[in-house]
Amino acid sequence: MSTIHPTALVQPLASDGPPTLAKQARTQNGHRPARTEPAAVRIALTLIALAFLGLFIGLPLLLVFVEAFKRGFAAYVAALSDPDALAAIRLTLLVAAISVTANVIFGLVASWAIAKFEFAGKSLLITLIDLPFSVSPVVAGLIYVLLFGSQGLLAAPLQAWDIKIIFALPGIVLATIFVTFPFVARELIPLMQDQGTAEEEAAISLGASGFSTFFRVTLPNVKWALLYGVLLCNARAMGEFGAVSVVSGHVRGLTNTMPLHIEILYNEYQFGASFAVASLLALLALVTLIAKTILESRLAEEEPR
Amino acid sequence: MSIDVVNITKTYKGFTALDAVNLHIPTGELVALLGPSGSGKTTLLRIIAGLEWPDSGEVRFDGADALNRSVGERNVGFVFQHYALFRHMSVFENVAFGLRVRKGADKLPEAAIRAKVSELLALVQIDWLADRYPAQLSGGQRQRVALARALAISPRILLLDEPFGALDAKVRKELRRWLRQLHEELPVTSVLVTHDQEEALELADRVVVMGKGRIEQIGTPGEVYETPATAFVHDFIGESLSLPADVRGGRLFLGERAIALDSQGASEGPARLLARPHEVDLADPAQAPFFGKVLAVRTFGPIRRADIQIVVPSGHVVVEAAVPFGEGLEIGSQVGLVPRRYRVFGAQA
Repeated sequence: MSTIHPTALVQPLASDGPPTLAKQARTQNGHRPARTEPAAVRIALTLIALAFLGLFIGLPLLLVFVEAFKRGFAAYVAALSDPDALAAIRLTLLVAAISVTANVIFGLVASWAIAKFEFAGKSLLITLIDLPFSVSPVVAGLIYVLLFGSQGLLAAPLQAWDIKIIFALPGIVLATIFVTFPFVARELIPLMQDQGTAEEEAAISLGASGFSTFFRVTLPNVKWALLYGVLLCNARAMGEFGAVSVVSGHVRGLTNTMPLHIEILYNEYQFGASFAVASLLALLALVTLIAKTILESRLAEEEPR
Repeated sequence: MSIDVVNITKTYKGFTALDAVNLHIPTGELVALLGPSGSGKTTLLRIIAGLEWPDSGEVRFDGADALNRSVGERNVGFVFQHYALFRHMSVFENVAFGLRVRKGADKLPEAAIRAKVSELLALVQIDWLADRYPAQLSGGQRQRVALARALAISPRILLLDEPFGALDAKVRKELRRWLRQLHEELPVTSVLVTHDQEEALELADRVVVMGKGRIEQIGTPGEVYETPATAFVHDFIGESLSLPADVRGGRLFLGERAIALDSQGASEGPARLLARPHEVDLADPAQAPFFGKVLAVRTFGPIRRADIQIVVPSGHVVVEAAVPFGEGLEIGSQVGLVPRRYRVFGAQA
């Protein structure tokens, strides 16, 4: 019952006990704080970790640039200004721009719906968003070939309308969108769920429309997380190999993205040119990494307190 | 603006949050919805605001149907339990929000918005915090911002959901008085949800005691404390000493022993006798209607209480009685209890 029991008022006094126990534990442990290892162990562990990182990540990255510039800066520029290389760079940028835009729109809509509303089929939608993470990109590419290819399910209507999807830009974009599908939504859903709906309710109670609530309250509250998702999505879109390889057809100067172009050059023993283009992707990775670090600190601001 | 709640029922997946609730709140009154968690008080508040819709029933503002208006069209100021301040906006922009989202003819020029916000910030005494962000404020300051923001749309109805729930005791008391003053100064009807009886009794003109989706009693703070309508209200508000009894032939029994107390017209069958601890006198066990063994005596501040174990047909109950300071009460001794004022409720009340 709700009557205030006197013991409730006495209890705070009784809880004076535990601190003395904690003090005892500390003295029994010696002078060193309980959670610190000896200096030698700490240094050894750090060195092992650094050596591992250097061997498997730092060294390969360095080698990419070394190989790229092996035959001089002029050869590097020549490899990049080759018409096929330029076409691959252009195509990669175009595909990334389209698929990132599509996934930003989709990711915002899906995470908004999932985090702020209750509806039937919600858990199914969440599972579907995660699907691309569990499906091999090659399989994803094959799905589109089976759907839109010349022997595919939708081959007849596509031919009738003269629409080319496989071995053309639409197929590459579709495959990339599929593979990068979860990045934005996955970043936004947990944050939006944590933030709850109270601020949106406050906004509409103050007379804001649904539209202006979204743009004045919901979106600004997740802007750093959104940017973070865009960053990851973009990195993956530009670097995607498997799915794009299946649907692209490898037509030089037409349907080759940067990763595909790198592979072709490599297979033709043009290592210098291959690594020159690869250095651009490596550079993208570095820029992404730096931007990610900056964004992560901003992201902490959005976490609900 | 007066508020009428007529026959409101609301269920969530088989759980009845509100069960045919009726309530009239006259213009200018400050009413507290008081009840334990799960009593439906917040649901009722949110239905009045338009944040939730009832399954059936009506809500009327000044006699006009409110349910066909959305929350934005009802022009109610809502203060949320955890403030729900816009975290990416300064205090100033938080308060200005309701003015900035206006459209068409209602749109105010920037200068008018600035003047109005400054006036509101002065009213809630935080004008010096205008450029801060919510994360930089203390709980009490956030509460004031939330209130100023709700008042910016010049509401005729102010709804507050556990407004002081997250504040420490001292700030809570201060803000409570200040809110009461503010209510006097503004032309608003205020409804406040709280589970804190002290808050409700101190602040409200009238208290609506709710339990399990129903209104148990509506009355002034004095009425709900002095003359509780049901055993639930007696238990919930203030301290209670509760004893099981039976009503047979209009007389009160404890087991087989008749008690020399009035049954107050309670229905036949099992009943409960409820009294305030400070209205129960200690007496000689041989002459008192109740008696029992003293288990413990405690003193805190000006209050002294004893746990007394009373044998009843179903075993025993431990009640808490007030002990006068002069009285020496020995642990383990027998003592009698004589309620000066008490209420008897039938089992179903």
